[in-house]
Amino acid sequence: MIKKNIPAFIFGILFAWGLGIAGMTQPQKIIGFLDIFGNWDPTLLWVMVGAILVHSVTFWMIKRRPSPILSPKFLIPTRTELDAKLIGGAMLFGLGWGIAGYCPGPALASLVTLNATPIIFFAAMMGGMGLFKLQDSRTKRNQT
Amino acid sequence: MFEGVLLPLSGGMLIGTAATLLLLFYGKIFGISGILKGLLGNESKDYDWRIAIVLGFLVGGASLFIMMPQAFENTVVRSPLLTILAGLLVGYGTNLGGGCTSGHGVCGISRFSIRSIVATVTFIVAGVIVVAVSNFIGGSP
Repeated sequence: MIKKNIPAFIFGILFAWGLGIAGMTQPQKIIGFLDIFGNWDPTLLWVMVGAILVHSVTFWMIKRRPSPILSPKFLIPTRTELDAKLIGGAMLFGLGWGIAGYCPGPALASLVTLNATPIIFFAAMMGGMGLFKLQDSRTKRNQT
Repeated sequence: MFEGVLLPLSGGMLIGTAATLLLLFYGKIFGISGILKGLLGNESKDYDWRIAIVLGFLVGGASLFIMMPQAFENTVVRSPLLTILAGLLVGYGTNLGGGCTSGHGVCGISRFSIRSIVATVTFIVAGVIVVAVSNFIGGSP
């Protein structure tokens, strides 16, 4: 169980390094990117370009395989509908993101610095997820 | 100008590579909000790979903090209350909307998902509006 997940551990390190090298763990870069009417900082644009440049090619190559290397099957989202949850959720996320300049990945990677802001943000974020889970299960129970 | 492009571009490519590897080895989308959401309880109880990734993030963050501490420089001043509000919105919103910058922005766009493209445009626009409003209210960000 542990051995099987060592690659995942390594991929987590790589992703965190990528975020840090790219400057995504600096909230001012995020706010700067969103500040299109003021002092625009294009950094995040280059990060997305780099990431999508790689993954938009590799995704399709990998998808041709019958299965992943260590798991029995691919778990790729299949939904296509544009619903209120998608839009509403994205709006709420963007709101929080624009306030703090943190999103889940950078906040997680920044915990070890022991700076108060990412720790507070991360704790509140998990709280927000917990709230969603409560509300979601309540909704599902009322539907059955 | 060049240095302003090289680091973010390389960092982005490393992110894309990590997402590639997670898909290739585990068949999973590298969406951090989804990975964390699943740790709060899910039907498959597949906590092992999620915990491995979280640990990787912590080790990656720690090692980078040693090698490149300036990567964590934060000049954005926000009160604890505002930070809590932001965190709540991000936690709730990413779970409601099914993803964040990694899940929708990187992985979703790479597989040409209309849902992810729409989500990404939406959260960027929302962020732009928030920053513009906060500039208008209180001066520079």
